[in-house]
Amino acid sequence: MSIWEYANPKKFLHTSERVLPSLWVVSAVLILGGLIWGFFFTPDDYRQGSTVKIIYLHVPAALMAINAWFMMLLASLIWVIRRHHVSALAAKAAAPVGIIMTLIALITGAIWGQPMWGTWWAWDPRLTSFLVLFLFYLGYIALWEAIDNPDTAADLTSILCLVGSVFAVLSRYAVNFWNQGLHQGASLSLDKEENVADVFAFPLYTCMAGFILFFIALVLYRTGTEIRARRMKALIARERMSDA
Amino acid sequence: MPDLGKYADTVLSAYAASLLLLALLLVVTLWRGAWVRSELKSVEKRIRGNG
Repeated sequence: MSIWEYANPKKFLHTSERVLPSLWVVSAVLILGGLIWGFFFTPDDYRQGSTVKIIYLHVPAALMAINAWFMMLLASLIWVIRRHHVSALAAKAAAPVGIIMTLIALITGAIWGQPMWGTWWAWDPRLTSFLVLFLFYLGYIALWEAIDNPDTAADLTSILCLVGSVFAVLSRYAVNFWNQGLHQGASLSLDKEENVADVFAFPLYTCMAGFILFFIALVLYRTGTEIRARRMKALIARERMSDA
Repeated sequence: MPDLGKYADTVLSAYAASLLLLALLLVVTLWRGAWVRSELKSVEKRIRGNG
């Protein structure tokens, strides 16, 4: 069995409909479980107080904001190289999910920043690159909507996705590139000294796993919707041609 | 409910905004999926009916 079998829309729809119910359930259990665990059963941080509880939403959302763009990049490259329509539609389907994740990361960051940094916003490297990533998501979605021909739209959005990847990388590594700005380094690290304490890390891992599965479920479902919408457009166009 | 101290508004507003956005994303996704599915069915039915 090859992964390219899923380039067939029928095969893709059949398989995604089989896995989606389990994905919805497992992602809901992980997200709700992780949030309840983090919100109700973890202590306050000695410096941040109870605002540490925002980490369970902020970090998973930021993780998915960046990785959604990388998923779109991969799908766009597959479209450019192999011309599989399902991959172009998967990239299109992921963009609204990515923009919501970016928005959550920006909003929760601003809400947390106000009491901790004394400001809602700072032109810090990571915050700024995240804002630019948000604008790239907006542009990407607008470009899909602005072009009637789906193949042309897929071509142009693929180029935009490639350019935007620079900012997705910057969003991830901005803290390492520039040792300045307000945003602290990565919360999670393989180095035990740098990593957040286990009491915060385990519910955070649970939320991250939940967000990853939620993202996969949303993208599979939305790609199915895009495949059906494309088929509907094609049928209507064919019907109009035969009427004319 | 845990005691969130002086940061209660901060924490609760972050949770409210995030959960609202996630719920909105889910509802819009499911609503559009159901709409496209039913529209496609009616288009297919019409085309079959027209022969």
